[in-house]
Amino acid sequence: MAGLMIVFALIVIGGSMSVGFNWDFDGPRAGFFPFYIGLFILGASIVNFWQSWSDGAGGRLFAEWGQIRQVVSVVVPSTVYVALVPWIGIYVSSALLIAVFMKWLGRYGWSMVLPVAAGVPVATFIVFERWFLVPLPKGLIEELLGF
Amino acid sequence: MEEIANLFNGFAVVLQPFNIMVMVVGILLGVIIGVLPGLGGANGVAILLPLTFSMSPTSAIIMLSCIYWGALFGGAITSVLFNIPGEPWSVATTFDGHPMAQKGKAGEALTAAFTSSFVGALFAVIMITLVAPLVAAFALRFGPAEKFGVYFLAFCSFIGMSKEPPFKTVAAMMIGFALASVGLDEMTGQLRLTFGFEKLLTGFDFLIAVIGLFGIGEILLTMEEGLSFKGRSAKINSRVVFQTWAQLPRYWMTSLRSCIIGCWMGVTPAGATPASFMSYGIAKRASKDGHKFGTGEIEGVVAPETAAHAAGTSALLPMLALGVPGSPTAAVLLGGLLIWGLQPGPMLFVEQKEFVWGLIASMYLGNVVGLLIVLTCVPLLAAILRIPFSIIAPVILVFCAIGAYTVHNSTFDVMLMMVFGVFGYLLKKCNYPLAPMVLAIVLGNAAEESFRQSLLASQGSLTIFWSNWLVGSIMALGLIALFWPLISQALTRVRPRPVTT
Repeated sequence: MAGLMIVFALIVIGGSMSVGFNWDFDGPRAGFFPFYIGLFILGASIVNFWQSWSDGAGGRLFAEWGQIRQVVSVVVPSTVYVALVPWIGIYVSSALLIAVFMKWLGRYGWSMVLPVAAGVPVATFIVFERWFLVPLPKGLIEELLGF
Repeated sequence: MEEIANLFNGFAVVLQPFNIMVMVVGILLGVIIGVLPGLGGANGVAILLPLTFSMSPTSAIIMLSCIYWGALFGGAITSVLFNIPGEPWSVATTFDGHPMAQKGKAGEALTAAFTSSFVGALFAVIMITLVAPLVAAFALRFGPAEKFGVYFLAFCSFIGMSKEPPFKTVAAMMIGFALASVGLDEMTGQLRLTFGFEKLLTGFDFLIAVIGLFGIGEILLTMEEGLSFKGRSAKINSRVVFQTWAQLPRYWMTSLRSCIIGCWMGVTPAGATPASFMSYGIAKRASKDGHKFGTGEIEGVVAPETAAHAAGTSALLPMLALGVPGSPTAAVLLGGLLIWGLQPGPMLFVEQKEFVWGLIASMYLGNVVGLLIVLTCVPLLAAILRIPFSIIAPVILVFCAIGAYTVHNSTFDVMLMMVFGVFGYLLKKCNYPLAPMVLAIVLGNAAEESFRQSLLASQGSLTIFWSNWLVGSIMALGLIALFWPLISQALTRVRPRPVTT
């Protein structure tokens, strides 16, 4: 983690230098503040890196494999979900996400999955588009239904 | 006396039927948010923020702050009944609350928790009513250097007081600042750190960061811990409530101490979580039944709950009076103010009297309403927790996505939220605190602006931060807060310790 942050710090410092971090005739330039922020991140991360190194954290497990599998089983469907939203709209992809979750992780029967997966998007539609008049992203299917 | 008149005007605003309805809805939503794992005060408020865009700012802040109160109340339910803290600040409540539930005294534990939450909040609101106008009036004299001093103090106390390693706090905070500086530089009008990505032109919105870091990150953490919720059932009837109330006055000393700890920790941005732990620890040491703590002592429920609520409420004081939020949720509320076109800080008390006093009045009423709602709805709320997580988790994900989208109507933000979520999970796993990062994202631009303005005034010399007694003492306080762990260590070493054998 600390290693990642060092990379991040270098990106920030590099970016700040490219817009100028020194003083112009009318005051500090745009990169002035972020440049020093970058230096702070760099310094703190080096300390963290060194501390975790001297603790011998290399041998300590980040998480158990079972836990990591659980986490990945959430991250993957949610990433797919997030990637689908711009294409097929938030309603259809939400229904898919809920169905996948319940079927895959919860092992429910279809009689339970279908009402929930369909019900939540319909309820959000009523609350957001009808009551609060907040438009949400829609795809082809909503277009066919005439919204 | 002018304050009292203002407060009554505030009550008149709050008592409009629409505002009362908004208040009840807000509390109910808040309690549900507090009960659900993976949805906390900060991201709950962030998700629901877009719903308030069409309301007047006063109604909007009433709704959002009531969601916050509700979330503070709701955390206690899961702690007592399920031994799962719904919110980080209710972890300490599980120590004695859950053993009480196991002994069949769940009703008493919950009544004690809710009542002491109410007492803590009330204490903090009274404090805000009396102190906030004074602080705001004082802060009107602040120039850019003093403003930066206040930010400096806030961030330094974060580093000094957090239980995470200080350098990790610094790293997390500075990443927040770096993220805040992406996009258009407000002073020179130049683009920076965008690396040619058009989407980054407007920078990172902190709401997206909050929803991702706290919402998605929290779901991932919950997933990891496995998902078996085994709860105790609770019956609360009026007899239990009155019996418990009859016991509570005995603990007035614990309660008062916890109120003061809570207010102190809330105003300095340490927040509700350390306040609840500290108050529990001190109560344990001070009480004559201290050795029984952890086995189901009612005093062990009173102490952390009072402090957590006092801290959560008083976190709004620096937000209103100085524009520096004391907690991530207060930071989201501050972001709301900016979106509604209000400038948080001392001028708010001068220019937006109706708004400020409406908010303060709603704190009084909201906590009364909240107490009534939680006392009557416990069985219903406990039922929510019995819904399996494999249903709750995707629904929360959907709401997070909707919340992230509605901030700017942008699907790019939804993806960004996911990135922040995974990032937040990794940070949490590596023991980096998230709160200072969120605060830095919110305050980054304001802090940078005041820093650069002061430097402009002084032609680049840092001595401007020591140029008069006001800014000098703020900066000195900041440094003391920053090095507090070292100072307190040195103090205990100098003072001869009483011999204990």
